[in-house]
Amino acid sequence: MAEKLLEVKNLKSVYKTRFNERITAVDDVSFDLEDGKCLGIAGESGCGKSTLAMSIMGYYYPPLFYESGSVCIGGVDIIKMSYNQLREKILGKEIAYIPQAAMNALNPTQRIINLIEDVMKEHVSGITKNEIKKIAEERFETLNLPKDVLQKYPIELSGGMKQRTVIAISTILNPKILIADEPTSALDVTSQKIVIKLLKDLIKRGFIKAMVFITHELPLLYNIADDIMVMYAGEIVESGEADEVIFDPIHPYSNGLMNSIIVPEKGIKGKKLTVIPGAPPNLKYKLEGCRFSDRCLYAKDECKISKVNMKYVNNSRSYRCVLRVDELKEMYENGKKRATT
Amino acid sequence: MAKSELLLSGKDVTKIFSNKKKKIIAVDHVNFEFKSGEIISIVGESGSGKTTLAKMILGLLSPTSGEIIFRDRPIELKTREKRIEYWKNVQPIFQDPFSSFNIFKKVDNVLSDCIKLLNIKLKKDEKYKKIEEACNFVNLRFDEIYNKYPFELSGGQMQRLMIARVLLIRPRLVIADEPTSMIDACSRASILDALMKLRDETGTTVVFITHDIGLAYYVSDKIYVMKEGRFVEEGFPDDVILNPTEEYTKHLIGDVPKIESRWAL
Repeated sequence: MAEKLLEVKNLKSVYKTRFNERITAVDDVSFDLEDGKCLGIAGESGCGKSTLAMSIMGYYYPPLFYESGSVCIGGVDIIKMSYNQLREKILGKEIAYIPQAAMNALNPTQRIINLIEDVMKEHVSGITKNEIKKIAEERFETLNLPKDVLQKYPIELSGGMKQRTVIAISTILNPKILIADEPTSALDVTSQKIVIKLLKDLIKRGFIKAMVFITHELPLLYNIADDIMVMYAGEIVESGEADEVIFDPIHPYSNGLMNSIIVPEKGIKGKKLTVIPGAPPNLKYKLEGCRFSDRCLYAKDECKISKVNMKYVNNSRSYRCVLRVDELKEMYENGKKRATT
Repeated sequence: MAKSELLLSGKDVTKIFSNKKKKIIAVDHVNFEFKSGEIISIVGESGSGKTTLAKMILGLLSPTSGEIIFRDRPIELKTREKRIEYWKNVQPIFQDPFSSFNIFKKVDNVLSDCIKLLNIKLKKDEKYKKIEEACNFVNLRFDEIYNKYPFELSGGQMQRLMIARVLLIRPRLVIADEPTSMIDACSRASILDALMKLRDETGTTVVFITHDIGLAYYVSDKIYVMKEGRFVEEGFPDDVILNPTEEYTKHLIGDVPKIESRWAL
């Protein structure tokens, strides 16, 4: 079995607002990330995907607070570390982050090379400017990025180029784990493919060992991830291998998501897409029972009463629903029949 | 309304942005014909001139040369009255729902302002009844939006509200400039369905601008593929998507993530 790079156990994070509300954005999340894998996290906006990314990095700043659970990177619990320790040992070297808004992530008054200098000087002691330049040029060359970008200002770069530059900067110290938080949501499909290719290249060449890829775009996730976790209202509702989750979803929510996929393939035109009715619950209230029960087409009375725990189908596959797999499958079949007649 | 009626056409529409150093041809001698009751998609990558064309049709930019003809007459927007008259017929839905509403106004006030624009005098409860109907049309419950400020709504709700607003005005033409790009994939289908319903029930022409050719295929009756300011391919979705002739179109289709086969990366 491959080495576990990241272990998250029962992690819980809350936002405390100034109205004394507690919003549990990440609730009881557990997963492992193995060497060489790409884990995809899917879910609609506001389900806690980005908060999970922040929590994994130990980035707890008000209004986000740690509540319980653990995050182990290479066997060390990073939640217990102080800010300085975290900065010195973990961030950048063990785990790195690509933000959603790469357009605004680069300092507009600095050339790209200066930004790289900042990163390297902070983490590698006694490194000179020439050495940094050599490392940066080599890295840009292996990633097929033009070298003259280094001397440019962010405003001179296109959106896709900016995102690729951000990726190159955040992986310059060869972190083991890369967290990509919707890196392509602001890009068009052409630049998106180039950015995805770059991320895959990074794993292939061994600059990074594993990746967590966050997006709401399922076809994209299918193309990049080995495993997929589906998140809903702060909880993981289903996890498994990419093929299984996409083509054979178990949880009603994932099933709803898969039915709303739009791709340029035969059969999509004129197909009635199913839209999941309603909106996710407000997390500031204490939620009892299944969180999806209000929107679920197959909900029963028992769903609304008690908390639902994860059920394991096999080692890699799990879901959070009171119903059995065969019961759910039968319901989906019946639903399809009803739609066609 | 007859389906084949010509609504909007463009002849050699060109837009050049220039300063002393540089000249950028954003839209380059483009010809188009939009018939009423159609959903037309304009597809292209960033910087291909899609939005510039949309702005010209909306009258927010004037073309450098060529003319846009709306119902047999070239569009003329010199005076305030003429502009209002034109915008009653042509309405936009913008990319970013978070910045398309007035943040200081409650959203139901924004909607009742649209009714005011039409110069009809209605009592308050009649007005709200009309707004409620429009909300139901896009699958929003009226109490979800009543007495709320824009920041209290989600992106998907706001974008559907934008469609409800358009429905109240009942324009002939709606320009939807990437209406789903800021919305997550899960509520995307609901926006597209609302647009299609708008066309089916009111006969409005919808121009749908996107970079995702998959969405264009799902929603439209006719597709224009735009590259560097020109239309390189146009036709029915089945022809363009399933049997593309241009390299560029093939390239665009190849870049969309699919679930039939994975990318070889």
